[in-house]
Amino acid sequence: MKAVAAVRIAAANAAERGRAWAAAASVADPEIPVLSIADLGVLRSVDIDEHGAVEATITPTYSGCPAMNMIAVEIEMALEKAGFKSPKVTTVLSPAWTTDWMTDEGKAKLKAYGIAPPEKKAGRRALFGEEHVTCPHCGSTDTVVISEFGSTACKSLWRCKACAEPFDYFKCI
Amino acid sequence: MTDTPLFQYTLRLADNALVLGHRLSEWVGHAAVIEEDLAFGNMGLDLIGQARALYTYAGEVEGQGRDQDALAYLRDANDYRNILLVEQPNGDFAVTMVRQLFYAAFAYPYFEALTRSKDATLSAIAAKAAKEMAYHLRHSAEWVIRMGDGTDESHARAQAALEELWPYVGEMFEIDQIERALIEAGVAVDPASVRAIWDKTIDDVLAEATLTRPQDGYMQSGGRVGRHSEHLGYILADLQFLQRAYPGATW
Repeated sequence: MKAVAAVRIAAANAAERGRAWAAAASVADPEIPVLSIADLGVLRSVDIDEHGAVEATITPTYSGCPAMNMIAVEIEMALEKAGFKSPKVTTVLSPAWTTDWMTDEGKAKLKAYGIAPPEKKAGRRALFGEEHVTCPHCGSTDTVVISEFGSTACKSLWRCKACAEPFDYFKCI
Repeated sequence: MTDTPLFQYTLRLADNALVLGHRLSEWVGHAAVIEEDLAFGNMGLDLIGQARALYTYAGEVEGQGRDQDALAYLRDANDYRNILLVEQPNGDFAVTMVRQLFYAAFAYPYFEALTRSKDATLSAIAAKAAKEMAYHLRHSAEWVIRMGDGTDESHARAQAALEELWPYVGEMFEIDQIERALIEAGVAVDPASVRAIWDKTIDDVLAEATLTRPQDGYMQSGGRVGRHSEHLGYILADLQFLQRAYPGATW
């Protein structure tokens, strides 16, 4: 009987955890509202302890990302709205965030939004090798970098030579 | 006061990042083109973000209740531990970019090595910082090449910037008692281990930029023990004004 009860509690716990994850994952990136923090890979985990306290763990894309405070507040609000009392949000630096954590769905959403998604696996070659970025507007690869730094730390600024449109590229890190 | 080597070491890393980040922020609204204005803002943010994480950790190591704000806003110039290079004035675009190249060419391999530190927090901060400094290196190297291999005017200015800042590169590779013990313990990185990488990066960039590497002469030193150029005082007057005028102000 005890074992059955334990299984039931575990199952209930898993369901609650799933609900908490869904609530936290619904938070959008303040700078790129088409992406959720789960698509981005910024939301690392959502846990519930034996007293029912919820803790969400996030990791910054860049050390100085000014969106982190806002993301933390919005997660707390989303969890409270879903009925979880006094949720906690913890920021961790390790392992360091990488564009490899961005989901395929996230990449597709970025492209549809007009931002070129990260093209390669992160690493030394992505940082120092020649990059070939596909224009999110017309699909041409005849593109040129304008600046390594765009409207936010995570993006660089490019121009398409085929359709002449400028665009943001989400950098591989 | 638990003024340990680890506290001092973390503070040095943090002060380098904050002071250089502040210098770059001075360009915001003043750069010649919007792309560079944005780039300075972004690079400054990276550095200030690194500084915040490092100050927070330094405060924990010290254990006296000082947080990142107390360490950034409530220490005077002679308590700052940054190298002299990062506090040098922005000068013209060439001076700023050469300073960024010198620092990034050092910081990128240095932080990569620091990811193998036995100190888990320093290792985590370094892993993020290394990726960021790689972009600063790429960006500043590209500009130094463009200026050196550009017009007579841009070439002359880039060469003058190299000469002006060269006396400050030696300090990046200094080691003292504070760091020696931490290096032996596998916590800090021996800067000598990245010297060859730095030299090669600089030589490669200068060759492509058709610029001449300055001769090694007298090297300036002292920032890491609190002996600064007059410039740091002016930076802090600006940076710390609000907390000095309205202590404890928050929003």
